[in-house]
Amino acid sequence: MTTASAPVLEIRDLSVSFPTETGTVSAVDGVSLDLAAGEIVGMVGESGCGKSVTAMSIAGLLPGSARVTGSVRLDGAELVGARESALRRVRGREIAYIFQEPMTSLNPVLTVGRQIGEVLQVHERMSRRAARARAVELLTLVGIPSAAQRVDGYPHQLSGGMRQRVMIAMAVACGPKVLVADEPTTALDVTVQAGILQVLRDLRDRLGTSVLIITHDLGVIADIADRVVVMYAGRVVERAPVDDLFAHPRHRYTAGLLSASPQPGRHAGTDRLTEIPGLVPVLASQPDACTFADRCPAADEQCRAAAPPLEGIGGTDHVAACWHPCTAAPTAAQGANR
Amino acid sequence: MTPQPNALEIADLVMHFGPVRAVDGVSLTIPRGRVTALVGESGSGKSTVGRCVVRLVEPTAGTVRIAGTDVTHLSRRRLRPHRGAVSIVFQDPAASLDPRMLVGEIVAEPLRLAGKRISRRDRDARVAPQLERVGLRAEVARRYPHELSGGQRQRVSIARALISEPMLLIADEPTSALDVSVQASVLNLLADLQRDIGFACLFITHDLSAVEYLADDIAVMYLGQLVETGSRERIFARPAHPYTQALLSAAPVADPVRQRDRQPVLLGDDLPSALDPPSGCRFRTRCPLAFDRCATEVPAQTAIGDGMAACHLVRPDGTGPDVRTADPSEVLS
Repeated sequence: MTTASAPVLEIRDLSVSFPTETGTVSAVDGVSLDLAAGEIVGMVGESGCGKSVTAMSIAGLLPGSARVTGSVRLDGAELVGARESALRRVRGREIAYIFQEPMTSLNPVLTVGRQIGEVLQVHERMSRRAARARAVELLTLVGIPSAAQRVDGYPHQLSGGMRQRVMIAMAVACGPKVLVADEPTTALDVTVQAGILQVLRDLRDRLGTSVLIITHDLGVIADIADRVVVMYAGRVVERAPVDDLFAHPRHRYTAGLLSASPQPGRHAGTDRLTEIPGLVPVLASQPDACTFADRCPAADEQCRAAAPPLEGIGGTDHVAACWHPCTAAPTAAQGANR
Repeated sequence: MTPQPNALEIADLVMHFGPVRAVDGVSLTIPRGRVTALVGESGSGKSTVGRCVVRLVEPTAGTVRIAGTDVTHLSRRRLRPHRGAVSIVFQDPAASLDPRMLVGEIVAEPLRLAGKRISRRDRDARVAPQLERVGLRAEVARRYPHELSGGQRQRVSIARALISEPMLLIADEPTSALDVSVQASVLNLLADLQRDIGFACLFITHDLSAVEYLADDIAVMYLGQLVETGSRERIFARPAHPYTQALLSAAPVADPVRQRDRQPVLLGDDLPSALDPPSGCRFRTRCPLAFDRCATEVPAQTAIGDGMAACHLVRPDGTGPDVRTADPSEVLS
């Protein structure tokens, strides 16, 4: 999806590091990303690739020990280094979050209505009565049946899927411009997941909310994302419109991920999953080299000597950080060793 | 030639934990050397079936036969000679490996528990090829689990499970805690070992793409009961039970172009409680095609090929409506 208007959220060269006893750990290294109005961007990567830290740093949710550099602009306003009071006005109202496990994000001793209402009372200065009425509307919006009764229920009385819907209702209560969803369906069964993804799509269509969805599940990405950002060891290695990414992955890591996941019609008797040898590198100071080089079938001296820039291919919005990007069809590229 | 007993025969298995009816009448047979996937949502009772088979719990009723031997109610002592016939691999290798034991001790423990007194040298000689078989170097035997990655730890669990040369392996969500790239190597390993050694496998999972990759047969479980069984080919091509159809339609495929044309069947969020399951067909409260008979009458199992489906709408010839395309109003006319 390309829009002429300026992006709602602009992330430029964002880096996050944490001081530890054994030295500085660089969790995110130079991530850039735009989110247009009404766009759903999927961020995919394995554990420890920095996707959640990137998400948390957008609205300054990281602990004070984190060193954040670079720029995050919401409608042009800089958030990195902004005062806590300014961030507090942004959080919940302009940028809202939902997380993986709704039970730990909800307060078990407050009714669902009170929790959603609190957001409205704080940010919109609504009366308690008005906030409760709005909470019922929001619960209906996210597909909770008999919302008028559920609003007085407690989180433990709801199923996992319903709790996640309550989280979404709370997140969109103030009509945020950006919704950051960090593994929103990972703890849920597939039949419930399908419903949650449908709710997120509906919100985008009806309210025009931009969504950044973070997941390790390529099926979820294929289902909901307009564009995809692939992260590896703290860096963006590839960014592309969703169809383009799945049909023609350029980075060797992306191609590896795609052929590592079992797909419909693949069976062990006739087919073999592609393994990515080796381990994700330990996050330390980021080397001036391709972080995937040690696991890459196409790596050579150049890859170990300099970090590849994130470059466009053929003037499209498909970019990859690879000195030797895949050129052929994805499956063929797997077998080919340059 | 006398027919060899099946690797696993479960008949009318019931497992109640107090008022919770976790498993409520499951019958399942796995022939030697076949891989059967047991799929279902969390709370369906699929893991409990696995735990009954390895006798981590003693079933409330029904029978479990492993290689022809009824192990349902054997005492610990009487069970011991049969322990080697079945092994289990759990979801989280970090939790299922003792952090204070060396990998070599962990892998050899089933031999020790079988009561065989073996020298340290013999033990090491048995462990080394096991580690090699799962793609680990023999030196790993002198490491502790915390020194290994998640994928390596899962390989250790597999080595431990296979050292007694079991006829049956229970794999309970063996790849669910692993990253995609590591999952691939563990699935490949299980497929290779199964082909080379020929053990039968009960593969318990909620991951349908892994099922399609690894399984020969599929059993679909819902709220303590099996709703459909059949070959992998048949279940994926022509699922008969509305729940199986919904499950397959809900799992997104990692291909955006194909995924756009698919329409998931939304079941609503509420899996009924296993404390008080619905009358008649247990799936009726979420089934888009349910009608009055579903509330009053437990559906019989209609045979389809080698398998079955338990639904009033499945006709004797195995055909029936498909919730993915059917308009509910037309089904009953």
